[in-house]
Amino acid sequence: MTDVAVADAVEIDLDERRRGPLRVLFSAAWKQHRTKIGLGITLLLVGIAVFGRLVAPYEPDQGVEGLLPFAPPSSDAWLGTDALGRDVLSRFLYGGLSVLVLSGVATAIGMSLGITVGLLAAYSRGKLDDLLMRTMDVFISLPSIVLALLLAATVGPKLWLLIIAVALTTMPRAARITRGAAAEVVERDYVRAAEAIGIPRRKIILSELLPNVSSPLIAETTLRMSFNVGVVAGLSFLGFGLQPPAADWGLMINENQNGLTLQPWPVLLPIIAIALLTIGTSLVGDGLARAAIGIERGRTGGE
Amino acid sequence: MSAPLALEVVDLRVEIDHGNHEDIVDGISFRVAAGEVLGLVGESGSGKTTVGLAVLGHTRRGARVARGEVRIEGRDILPLPALERQHLRGKLVSYVPQDPASSLNPALKIETQLDETLSAHGFGSSDAERRARIVEALAEVLLPSDETFLRRYPHQLSGGQQQRVALAMAFANRPRVIVLDEPTTGLDVTTQAHVLATVRDLCSAHGVAAVYVSHDLAVVATLADRVAVMYAGRIAELGPTATLFRQAAHPYTRRLVEAIPEMSGQHALVGIPGTAPRPGHRPSGCFFAPRCAYVQDECTTAEPPLERVSDEHEVRCIRHAAVLRDAATARIAATPRPEIGVEDALVAVIGVNASYGTRQVLHDVELVVRPRECLALVGESGSGKTTLARCVAGLHTSYTGQVSFRGKELPAGSRSRDADTRREIQYVFQSPYNSLNPRKTIAQIIEQPLRHFFSIGGSDGRGRVRGALDRVQLSTTCLDRYPHQLSGGERQRVAIARALVAEPQLLVCDEVTSALDVSVQAAIIDVLAELQRELHIGLLFVTHNLALIRTLSQEVAVMSEGRIVERGRVDDILDAPKADYTKKLLSDTPSLEAALAAATG
Repeated sequence: MTDVAVADAVEIDLDERRRGPLRVLFSAAWKQHRTKIGLGITLLLVGIAVFGRLVAPYEPDQGVEGLLPFAPPSSDAWLGTDALGRDVLSRFLYGGLSVLVLSGVATAIGMSLGITVGLLAAYSRGKLDDLLMRTMDVFISLPSIVLALLLAATVGPKLWLLIIAVALTTMPRAARITRGAAAEVVERDYVRAAEAIGIPRRKIILSELLPNVSSPLIAETTLRMSFNVGVVAGLSFLGFGLQPPAADWGLMINENQNGLTLQPWPVLLPIIAIALLTIGTSLVGDGLARAAIGIERGRTGGE
Repeated sequence: MSAPLALEVVDLRVEIDHGNHEDIVDGISFRVAAGEVLGLVGESGSGKTTVGLAVLGHTRRGARVARGEVRIEGRDILPLPALERQHLRGKLVSYVPQDPASSLNPALKIETQLDETLSAHGFGSSDAERRARIVEALAEVLLPSDETFLRRYPHQLSGGQQQRVALAMAFANRPRVIVLDEPTTGLDVTTQAHVLATVRDLCSAHGVAAVYVSHDLAVVATLADRVAVMYAGRIAELGPTATLFRQAAHPYTRRLVEAIPEMSGQHALVGIPGTAPRPGHRPSGCFFAPRCAYVQDECTTAEPPLERVSDEHEVRCIRHAAVLRDAATARIAATPRPEIGVEDALVAVIGVNASYGTRQVLHDVELVVRPRECLALVGESGSGKTTLARCVAGLHTSYTGQVSFRGKELPAGSRSRDADTRREIQYVFQSPYNSLNPRKTIAQIIEQPLRHFFSIGGSDGRGRVRGALDRVQLSTTCLDRYPHQLSGGERQRVAIARALVAEPQLLVCDEVTSALDVSVQAAIIDVLAELQRELHIGLLFVTHNLALIRTLSQEVAVMSEGRIVERGRVDDILDAPKADYTKKLLSDTPSLEAALAAATG
């Protein structure tokens, strides 16, 4: 016996759908607890990274007078000092912005490149499609850490190199997702209708294809961001990011790892922050992805 | 009725399971005897599928059965626990869904699917016994049962074959009751006729009571012994098929019968103005009152009860006596078609051969569309009619031969044609669910050709957009809506409006009514006829429904397997077809009149 679960809830959910498609996506995502929790965590950490420096008790690169390196928490330095006797709390409050900006810029560049490649591949089909997607396959086989090492070995540690390395590893995944979603849209009759009246290809790609793949792409961007926060922090830890004495979460872990048993805060604090930022953004991404799938199925998402 | 009662539905109510618990259907009662087919007819949203599913003891997400009984062979199945009800499905009562392509598991072989159905209900004790039943079940639906067929996957079968497999699965466990939910919607007429005959034979041979859910009255007239007409969640009228269509006592049934296109063209198509009210938006009193020509003050005060007109004929209308009196008078006479003089061809197709990859789908096709006239291109699915339409519109490029428009030969692809040609030939796609960008508002969709061809946008364009909406009889309130907020018929009107703002000379319509309800179909045909009459737009109207074309077209070309088998004036072809293929197509098209004649004759 075939399943009789008819996925036709439109009759009942009509009022739910009397809004623009993106608002439907966001409200369906918002209905899930994971999205709310994720957004809360993300906003908290972004708040710390952006505005934390305004409330920092010390300058990040100056030692606290009267305290030795790896001093335990006290009233002068609430979370103690690091390997060079600087205030851990201040360095923590200053050190998030670089991780956030680097991973944000890298994700934006990577996603833009990937979306462009994916849309071109899906719309052109044929040889160009094969050429573009096989190129992406080559990129996907390079882990970002290895790519960064390779670039750094030839040019030296530069911030733009780190961004390029992370962007290049984001690109192929974005391209695959975009092409997959767009390949189906290309077959739709509204694309045919635009072609029939001679709308230029560039316009068809931008106004017929792109809006119809935006839901999975929004979810993917958030998930990539989450992944890239970890990669950027990892590359900073390995010394490919900001150079001392700058305050940076990845760098903090590296600089203070020897004193872990004496003074765990300068290592633990950035680790917890990076982990939470990753978890927060990926919860949001997961909520958006589930909502997108739910809408695809004709319902409005949620559990 | 002499045959034993197999299914009895008593005072069924299904309601929305949140908010104000508005009813989706209410007060549904009917009986079906063993071997009998009951047609359950209504427009989309009338609740016919909800009733069909309730017979299986099932409701859609967000709905629940609030009251009533569904008795199968005397036993009410609704109070049973969910697991037990689930076990009954497929065994005691089974279901044939609308779209076999999505109901069959694409990853399983035909044999595996059938075997699963049998073993899930513990049919037979051994593999051999089940295998024998599979062979038998396939034979019953006139499918081969050899090894090669059993090893096929659903995508390797045609639409008709897939639906037969779904039928075989439904009949496999020899159920007592079967619910068929528009199982022939996606099939062409010849396949449809075969499937319907199979359903009828199986039901009477095995004494199965069938509930046949459909929006197509002609199909139901061919198949059903009795018909229940549903409107806005109520049974409006219930009676024997011939009585119901000949002497409809409910105004809604009468309008439905009038909306059915007949090939003999004896009456004009009359669409029903307005739309059926949805749950929560229904008026007080009779739900049909706002659209009814017989409405009186009493109609709007209380919901009319189901009254008995004759022995087996019940109707929910307090004015049924007046409706019955009028039924005696003849159907509305057709308006005479305006005569159009012969001029140079608008479109001439000469010696066109077209192919998909290595497969040739058009063979040496010739046809002519005269200016201001409509040429209907008729054929079964796969006959190549859509390919030909796409060649004319510049959407299919791999062809040889000549397509000329107003005397000059056209290059193959739309990109190599000049802007004027692209503007003057507009294409309306088959499925309005697929041809409108879901991320654009209706205003943006209709503005696109305006901006492209005339560089008019924003407030300047609004006037033209409104004009086009007016032409297709759509309210301007839909301008800021998105396609998913409109019904199928409304979307198709938007698609036509988008074509109109380009001010075309030729409108190529590819099966534009096949995805729509009959009352909506009639209204769309009205719109197209008016465009042809008032704007003098030529039409190339591709369809598989022969019954539609008499109202709209002056000429017809019949296609089969990529060749034009016959062409000429509509009346000549439909009244005196010469080609065997045309004769077969005509006799396979379900006709209300023919079905009624057969029933009484």
